[in-house]
Amino acid sequence: MKFGVIVFPGSNCDHDAYHVISKHVGQPVNFIWHRETDLSTYDAVIIPGGFSYGDYLRAGALARFSPVMNSLKEFAAQGNLVLGICNGFQILCEAGLLPGALIRNRNLHFICDYVNVRVENTDTPFTHEMKAGSVLRMPIAHAEGNYVCDDATFAELKRDGRIIFRYCDPSGQITDAANPNGSRDNIAGICNRERNVMGLMPHPERACEDLLGSSDGREVFRSLAGTLAAAA
Amino acid sequence: MKAKVYVMLKPSVLDPQGKAIKHSVQLLGFETVSDIRQGKYFEIAMGNGVTEEKARDEATRLAHEVLSNPIIEDFRVEIEE
Repeated sequence: MKFGVIVFPGSNCDHDAYHVISKHVGQPVNFIWHRETDLSTYDAVIIPGGFSYGDYLRAGALARFSPVMNSLKEFAAQGNLVLGICNGFQILCEAGLLPGALIRNRNLHFICDYVNVRVENTDTPFTHEMKAGSVLRMPIAHAEGNYVCDDATFAELKRDGRIIFRYCDPSGQITDAANPNGSRDNIAGICNRERNVMGLMPHPERACEDLLGSSDGREVFRSLAGTLAAAA
Repeated sequence: MKAKVYVMLKPSVLDPQGKAIKHSVQLLGFETVSDIRQGKYFEIAMGNGVTEEKARDEATRLAHEVLSNPIIEDFRVEIEE
């Protein structure tokens, strides 16, 4: 199975994602410069965190117009796996691959901290090896992570079990105090209708080594690799 | 020809920046201020000889597809000679 990590001008978690795939997943991985358009050799593509295009206009807004994005839309439409982390989540929303938008944190601050998220749904290629209701500890680092969507979208996300992660306290309780950025219903991660595209604000790729504070993020990549192995 | 595009968060979307500015302004003693919303303003120069209609069409498309995110923002276009 081959992984690709898209690199936009301003991406800064691309090497973290690369490291995790090569070291912990143990699979081949390539960087994909945002001007490339051929994704045919990849089984899964990661859109990493960072500040693509300096977050100019809106976070993720300009990355949407990079040449690789049209190919990515086709790649996703074919059912291939796409994981957007932090800025990657923002880009997926701006590109219309995921519903809703991420706006300024309610406290206006750039927040760099560990958060807890509860696994709300394990029926996805990214979470199937997790236990529903389990709590993952992962870092966040963003100024625009406040997830918003209209009532109809929210109802659909809820009905179809597409809310994958929600901010919670260490015991798994969903509380307003555990919501770092004001996201609607504590939403930290969602997937598309077809369940092959997921975006989340926390950084699983920065939580894969105990030395760095948490290795809970490995579960995301273990699920992802498990899905690809089963499909191969 | 110049197009002016104003982009504002929809009234239903919380504007934490506007709220913070309003709070500071009220602390300064501007008692008549009851609300502040922050938006974005773009000035777009259009080539010579463009008709007003064409300029408005282009600017509207640009505002819809790039300058605003229709999920969270509204926009308004003005054309100036």
